[in-house]
Amino acid sequence: MSSVCLSVCVLSSSGSKVLVHFVNQSGVKSSVFVTEGETLLDVVIKKNLDISGFGACEGTLACSTCHLIFEESVYDKLEPMVDEEVDMLDLAYGLTKTSRLGCQVTVERWMDGMTVHVPQEIKDQRGKQEAVRSK
Amino acid sequence: MKIHGLSSASRCLAAEGGVRGLSSSSGPRVCIVGGGPAGFYTAQQLLKDAAVDIYERLPVPFGLVRFGVAPDHPEVKNVINTFTQTAQHERCSFHGNVNVGKDVTIDELRQAYHAVVLSYGAEGNRSMGIPGEDLPGVFSAKDFVGWYNGLPSNKELHPDLSFETAVILGQGNVALDVARILLAPVEMLKETDITQNALEALAGSKVRRVLIVGRRGPLQIACTIKELREMVNLPNTRADMLPADFEGIAEALKDLPRPRKRLTELMMKAVKEGGDDKAEKCWGLRFFRSPVEVLAGADEKRAAGIRLALNKLEGSGESVRAEVTGQLEDVDCGLIISSIGYKSIPIDPAVPFDPRRAIVPNEMGRVQDTAGLYCSGWVKRGPTGVIATTMNDSFDTARVLIQDMEAGKLDLSVNKPGAQAITALLQTRGVRMVLFSQWEKINAEEEKRGKSLGKAREKLLDVDEMLCRAK
Repeated sequence: MSSVCLSVCVLSSSGSKVLVHFVNQSGVKSSVFVTEGETLLDVVIKKNLDISGFGACEGTLACSTCHLIFEESVYDKLEPMVDEEVDMLDLAYGLTKTSRLGCQVTVERWMDGMTVHVPQEIKDQRGKQEAVRSK
Repeated sequence: MKIHGLSSASRCLAAEGGVRGLSSSSGPRVCIVGGGPAGFYTAQQLLKDAAVDIYERLPVPFGLVRFGVAPDHPEVKNVINTFTQTAQHERCSFHGNVNVGKDVTIDELRQAYHAVVLSYGAEGNRSMGIPGEDLPGVFSAKDFVGWYNGLPSNKELHPDLSFETAVILGQGNVALDVARILLAPVEMLKETDITQNALEALAGSKVRRVLIVGRRGPLQIACTIKELREMVNLPNTRADMLPADFEGIAEALKDLPRPRKRLTELMMKAVKEGGDDKAEKCWGLRFFRSPVEVLAGADEKRAAGIRLALNKLEGSGESVRAEVTGQLEDVDCGLIISSIGYKSIPIDPAVPFDPRRAIVPNEMGRVQDTAGLYCSGWVKRGPTGVIATTMNDSFDTARVLIQDMEAGKLDLSVNKPGAQAITALLQTRGVRMVLFSQWEKINAEEEKRGKSLGKAREKLLDVDEMLCRAK
């Protein structure tokens, strides 16, 4: 823990590096150091994170594929959403009370150590549903 | 042989300079029928484990992203960049101008590949099934949208825009796109990729009033809030709604989930505020109305109005349905556009097809009773949803296919010739394929022509011209 804090302090002198954990659709976690001021969409693209189909419209508020689920304590501190973001978010699969679009969230230093999720794959549940229906 | 062993073998071959074209190369080969979003997203996921060939009927790729998404929604078309990356993947190969079902059969594809995925979407449309539907002046939204988006088969549509009132049947996003394109100021459209002839027709249009008609009530409207907001904010237009259609809606608001609630609140705001009375143009939603007849003008030669039956709602929740009351209402109009759904058609007698639902019968993307045949996108689930819906669905089908490969349900021990065999077959049949690099020449030409007109692109409207440019 202390070595992580140390490395954060060393890096923060040159354009604040913030530690963010991403959990993808299969539950796989990636931890990356990101630069303050980037959006979370920028991060996923730049760091080439394995999240299927992320950011289809390239950050133009024309889709909901950069949907991310935040921890409540982080969500409450984010800048409020504009109508256009809510409009697209409302179409997102697996919407929660702490959901945001990654292209609209800019990394800030206080987010250091936060974890963001994408909705989990539902293939297993759907498989069971299909099996029941075909009987 | 385990799939991971195979894919690392094919990766080694790739590193040595190319998997494709090596008839002795092992590795799964999958064929995708349809070069739209479903085809490309399915390919994207499969490329991790297989070589993928995409066959598309037109010389140009991208399907409804090119021909369906409205010209003033260019951000939605950004997905083309992802599709281009997919097409340029060393294990992916795009073949345009190939009509599967006519130039090559599904059985021939199944012989050449380990698996075939049907992603050919919905090229037809549901008809209203009412008298007068074939009169001049009546169009399907599919054709009207195809017209302003440069679909070659719609280039001679020549819709007559000299009438004051247009009626659109259906209230989904396609209906709202049509309404918006009909009423938008030309300034909003003139730098987009709308076709030049559509732009000129719209510049001279006399259409000033557009009614968007639905069978059921405000709580059942199928469009999404972004599109409704664009209508509310459209310059020089005002909303013309019927307060009577909204009886009881305010009381229902509190129990609605957020997306439906916000959409309903926006409609109610439009009812209350209406908009600038001085606005030249107006649009309105009309509820509880079903078309029963297109009325001809005095000369009996073209549509001059539409007869609507008034409905009441029975049932509740998701299963609310419209029932006739017996009352009728006639609306004078010279342009009628039916936007009640696209529809898939059967591609090949060898493929099962459910005519009632107009889809290929399947379970989780595996085509019924047909090993090695899969489907994704609208032909699998029906013609609704946005690009992201199709994306998730395509990923699901790809996952199922890969699972089947890993479970030994597809015989990967047999080498399949893939595109080599199909290309040879097509050559003997005189079919001229268009490869992705050749599409890029067409693309460059369209961008060049667009530039000289101050537009994002000027689409080629003619298949022969596309083939000429592709040389």
